[in-house]
Amino acid sequence: MKELLIRAERCLGCRSCELACAVEHSTGKSLLSAINEKPQPQYRVHVTSDGNSSLPLQCRNCEDAPCLTACLAGALHRDARGVVLCNSDLCIGCWMCLMVCPFGIISQNHNERRIVKCDRCPDREIPACVTACPSGALVYREINQESREKRQQVLKKLQTPSAK
Amino acid sequence: MKISEKVKSQSVDPASREILQLAADQEIETVWNRLEKQQPQCGFGELGLCCRICAMGPCRIDPFGEGAQKGACGATADTIVARHLVRMIAGGAAAHSDHGRRPALLLKEIAEGHNQDYTIKDPKKLKAIAGRLGLNTENRDIKELALEVATIALNDFGKQDENTLAFVKAYAPKKRLARWQKIADDLSALSEKTIGILPRGIDREIVDIMHRTHFGVDHGPLSLIAQGVRAAIGDGWGGSLIATELQDVIFGTPKIREATANLGVLDKEQVNIVVHGHEPVLSEKIVELAATEKMQELARAQGAKGVNVVGMCCTGNEILMRHGVPIAGNELQQELAIITGAVELMSVDVQCIFPALAELSQCFHTHFVATSDQAAFPGSIHIQFEEDKANLCAERIVTMAVKNFINRKPERVQIPAFTSQAMVGFSVEAILEALGGTPEPLLDAIKSGAIKGVVGIVGCNNPKVTHDYYHIELAKALIAKDILVIGSGCWAIAAAKAGLMQVETAKDAGPGLQQVCEALKIPPCLHMGSCVDCSRMLVLAGALADTLGVDIDDLPLVGSAPEWLTEKAISIGTFFVASGVSVHLWPMPPIAGGAQVTEILTETAEEVFGGAFFVEEDPLKAAEKMAEIIAGKRLALGL
Repeated sequence: MKELLIRAERCLGCRSCELACAVEHSTGKSLLSAINEKPQPQYRVHVTSDGNSSLPLQCRNCEDAPCLTACLAGALHRDARGVVLCNSDLCIGCWMCLMVCPFGIISQNHNERRIVKCDRCPDREIPACVTACPSGALVYREINQESREKRQQVLKKLQTPSAK
Repeated sequence: MKISEKVKSQSVDPASREILQLAADQEIETVWNRLEKQQPQCGFGELGLCCRICAMGPCRIDPFGEGAQKGACGATADTIVARHLVRMIAGGAAAHSDHGRRPALLLKEIAEGHNQDYTIKDPKKLKAIAGRLGLNTENRDIKELALEVATIALNDFGKQDENTLAFVKAYAPKKRLARWQKIADDLSALSEKTIGILPRGIDREIVDIMHRTHFGVDHGPLSLIAQGVRAAIGDGWGGSLIATELQDVIFGTPKIREATANLGVLDKEQVNIVVHGHEPVLSEKIVELAATEKMQELARAQGAKGVNVVGMCCTGNEILMRHGVPIAGNELQQELAIITGAVELMSVDVQCIFPALAELSQCFHTHFVATSDQAAFPGSIHIQFEEDKANLCAERIVTMAVKNFINRKPERVQIPAFTSQAMVGFSVEAILEALGGTPEPLLDAIKSGAIKGVVGIVGCNNPKVTHDYYHIELAKALIAKDILVIGSGCWAIAAAKAGLMQVETAKDAGPGLQQVCEALKIPPCLHMGSCVDCSRMLVLAGALADTLGVDIDDLPLVGSAPEWLTEKAISIGTFFVASGVSVHLWPMPPIAGGAQVTEILTETAEEVFGGAFFVEEDPLKAAEKMAEIIAGKRLALGL
């Protein structure tokens, strides 16, 4: 199964992922129509920046997800893809999931006292934020492939004579 | 040759498809590949919501309401969008008008006897211009008159008083001039702040935009857009118009003639020179020099049958209109011409020239020659053009091309066997001549309903739109509705290539338009010139309005830039709207992030100027909408 991975060193803080996420969660699915929709579509990926570096954060879909355990209303559940989703009919806006989330990626629906979170784009093969990223800071790939590549990079570094 | 689906989606032009397929097969990079590599493009930029004006930025406004709603200085989305938009107008107006400055300076040089390489080819037109400007034209020495006209033109660029440009006053219809003054007064009263619409100086209005969009000056969307309108009027009825009129004086006013269009005009057996860009000053000389026996003889000595000069983009349109020089293609064909392997030399001046041509030409035997002091292309050969040594410069360029013929690699030559015949040269003077000297027959045809209205289509190709598709489909849909299509720039080249500029094409027009075209022996789509020649359309509209004693916005006219790309197109669209002609655009300009700006351009403009912008992706729907606008105007006129 593919995972959504972040290469923080590549993030330019352009926030294209945020726009693409909002467009994907709009009715018209185009930027020009999405910006005028009421209610306004919301993005679920958040580019967090401290002025020096940026990080495009979205739900990590943790295996032992604290939000799932904390959701007393039973709104949060995991689908066949392994993605944690929220049934907004059941959500009571208690914010327990937000409090226990280690990444702070749960936000409030602009129009109601319920949560909004990443659903990893169920209608798309590749999540919208990944497609939108111009610098390759977001990737969608198999974990084993990612670790193989990382090991290759380590090897390359060790072989460079100048490496100390 | 098998054409892939991808190539088919890039262009509808058969000649371009053939070369695009060749490029794909040989992995030669073109603008389409580079645009693909630019994806995904920035959504903030697309909406006009990115501000890079000061060093607190870049600031961006979150269009979904969650993040920042103001720039660091407090600028709102509408301020940022409006500032960016009017800077685009400034860029476009600057390009057109700076082009116009050149023939104005040249005319002065000729008049003062400082330039021996050029002459005044059309004294009749000079007198007509002088007459409009209110100068005495009886028994005048031509050079003396030329100096007076050139002085007034140059003064319009740089004058510092508050009066309206002399050329605007001389050319804009009376009712429109009065309307502009009233609009300025009304807007000033409404906003309790002075707002000007009539341009004072061509350069000044552009500088004014750069000033007021500087950090911390003008933040009012209406105030900013009004200044954009002012600069655009200074372009359309000023800088562009001066370019057209004075080029006609120096090089001759276009007359109706036959010409050939598309890449097939390149000749396998001759030395091929492509002149590309926008200004005719040098290219006129290249055409002249290449035709001399000396150069033809030199070509024969190199084993070629002769020298074949062809045009590209608006430099091409200029020499096409005045001399019937064949035109190889429009903007998206500049790389394709080189990829044919048959171009010995491409000479460029200014505007719409891809810097990529330098690297591309190095993969072929083609010499890529830049000539303007304003335009450097790393990797090109630079031959500096100076007006007073024009013959020398042109001779150097033609000789260089001829001597390059032996380096051509015959195995790499692939010239698509596609050309179309076109009737071109429809200057306002030529149109009036075809009508028998007055606009009455055209007005009668409009009154009777044989011609429902006129749509002017202009400018650009854009690889975001299938090359030529929108230009051709829109024109076809309009003529079928008995709407006469006139136009300039890359649209005109697209229409010429598609065979829409032949008298026989009248059979595809509605019955009324067909009858008119056949009676007058004109095609249903008229080539009015290069992109500065959009001013010809204004002059025509002005003549129709004055003859009827109405304002331009009363007339059944619509404009369109359906494959637009440049800032010039935004300036053109703005001076059309300001003149009372609604304008269709595709693709969407970067304004959607500003709700108020969008409203001003698409709704308020209609109330104020009698014309507004609209955006439509589908050519047939756009044609419907244009027919609706025309029907509305006809109804109001009681037709």
